[in-house]
Amino acid sequence: MNQGLSNQGLSIRGLVKEYVPGQPVLRGINLEIAAQGITAVIGPSGTGKSTLIRCINRLVEPTAGQVSLNGQEITALRGTALRLARRRIGMVFQEYNLVERLSVMENLLCGRLGYVPVWRAWLRRYPASDIARAFDLLEAVGLPDHAMRRADALSGGQRQRVGIARALMQAPELLLADEPTSSLDPKTAVEVLELLARLTGAAGVPVIINIHNVDLAKRFAQRIIGMAGGAVVFDGPPEALEASHLRQIYGGEDWL
Amino acid sequence: MTNRAAAFPPNWPARLGLLALAGYAVFATAQLDITWTRLGHGMGEGARFLARMFPPNFARWELLLEGMLESLQIAVLASALGILLSLPLGLMAARNLSPWFVAAPTRGFIALCRSLHYVIVAIVFVKAIGFGVLAGVAALTIASMGFIAKLFAEAIEEISMKQVEAVRATGAPPASVLIYAVLPQVASRFVGFCLYQLDSNLRNSTLVGIVGAGGIGGTLFAAFKRFDYDFVCAILLAIIALIFAAEVISGRIRAAMR
Repeated sequence: MNQGLSNQGLSIRGLVKEYVPGQPVLRGINLEIAAQGITAVIGPSGTGKSTLIRCINRLVEPTAGQVSLNGQEITALRGTALRLARRRIGMVFQEYNLVERLSVMENLLCGRLGYVPVWRAWLRRYPASDIARAFDLLEAVGLPDHAMRRADALSGGQRQRVGIARALMQAPELLLADEPTSSLDPKTAVEVLELLARLTGAAGVPVIINIHNVDLAKRFAQRIIGMAGGAVVFDGPPEALEASHLRQIYGGEDWL
Repeated sequence: MTNRAAAFPPNWPARLGLLALAGYAVFATAQLDITWTRLGHGMGEGARFLARMFPPNFARWELLLEGMLESLQIAVLASALGILLSLPLGLMAARNLSPWFVAAPTRGFIALCRSLHYVIVAIVFVKAIGFGVLAGVAALTIASMGFIAKLFAEAIEEISMKQVEAVRATGAPPASVLIYAVLPQVASRFVGFCLYQLDSNLRNSTLVGIVGAGGIGGTLFAAFKRFDYDFVCAILLAIIALIFAAEVISGRIRAAMR
């Protein structure tokens, strides 16, 4: 129905979100994001970065506008159809959001809940292929011996690795990362981002990442989107991002 | 220095309140004619009563055992039923997971279950469905629902919604979100509530018999009326032993859950 929208990747048209009527957090966002590579969204706190990516998988309900992933309009879906669309979109969170009292293995298998019937999930009777995939991913994120540990026994960096593995368990067509390194120390942050870039690159999954750290954004992303006041004010490759843009995005200049 | 505020300013409302409370206690004592003479007389009666209770008489141990077992069965059945019914009620009453038009009436229903003392509920059931254990089980089931459904709901309202959001974002169906994101966060507290409820149902089940709803309470009441104070003592000792045993067992389970 939407002839204007491209069929590959993510397409956002006229996205508006108002938590309070008349006070838009997002003021008509238009973005086309290719079906590969890392796109970093930078901008000051409270400018709607989290809201933007939550509107993509509809954890937040957009007020107006359209979001389409690989030709399917997500904003038109309801109920089960929305649920089936969500399982194609992985998400990584700032505070990891692992289920703390479940084991690492159970947390990884959460990524399969959209595919597995409830009774199987309840009895932990997952298909052998899911279990094998979970062990493979645990190895890929460098935690091969932690499958049976409880998530709350892990360090921050380890938790975020599990978070990434859980998102990849979904075999997603798009990965959203909301400040995935803001709770980590600088060294761990780089390690986690390297891991994220390597695994999503290998799987060919496009990534949209909200990030505060401009240097990390420039280092890992192929495209940078700068947001201020609920609108896109910069959109281009990392090399094109200059001090004048940062002034426009964050305001002021004393900090530069 | 002089115009600084006092570090610990006097709390006049609290002082006046305590004074008023003390004054009312004195006034009420005078009103109710509680005197030292009356107290001394009561003490004498009490001593005679205690003397007649000892030694406890276990001659009718079969009657005692039958009553105790009946009470135990009432307590276990009412707890099991109450917990089973409280699980959906607690979920429906949790304002963070249920829409307000479900949560509000469910909260009202739970409050209704709590509003009447279980002995009154037992009397109602005895009148409605007749003497016996069924009335006792029904009354204590209602009481359990009023109590633990509320605790369940409160526990669910305190969970971290971030974990729920993460599991929801994977496209999990609602039942799987409950099993994977909600249940793990509340399971150990739920077990604690259930043990506590079993504990109090054991105690309560010894009482509903007094109004004819089955259990040791009926035997106890009959013994009182016939002035069989030595048998009364035996029954009381048996009840205390049962509660102590339950206390020890639930303590062990709680420790193992940690």
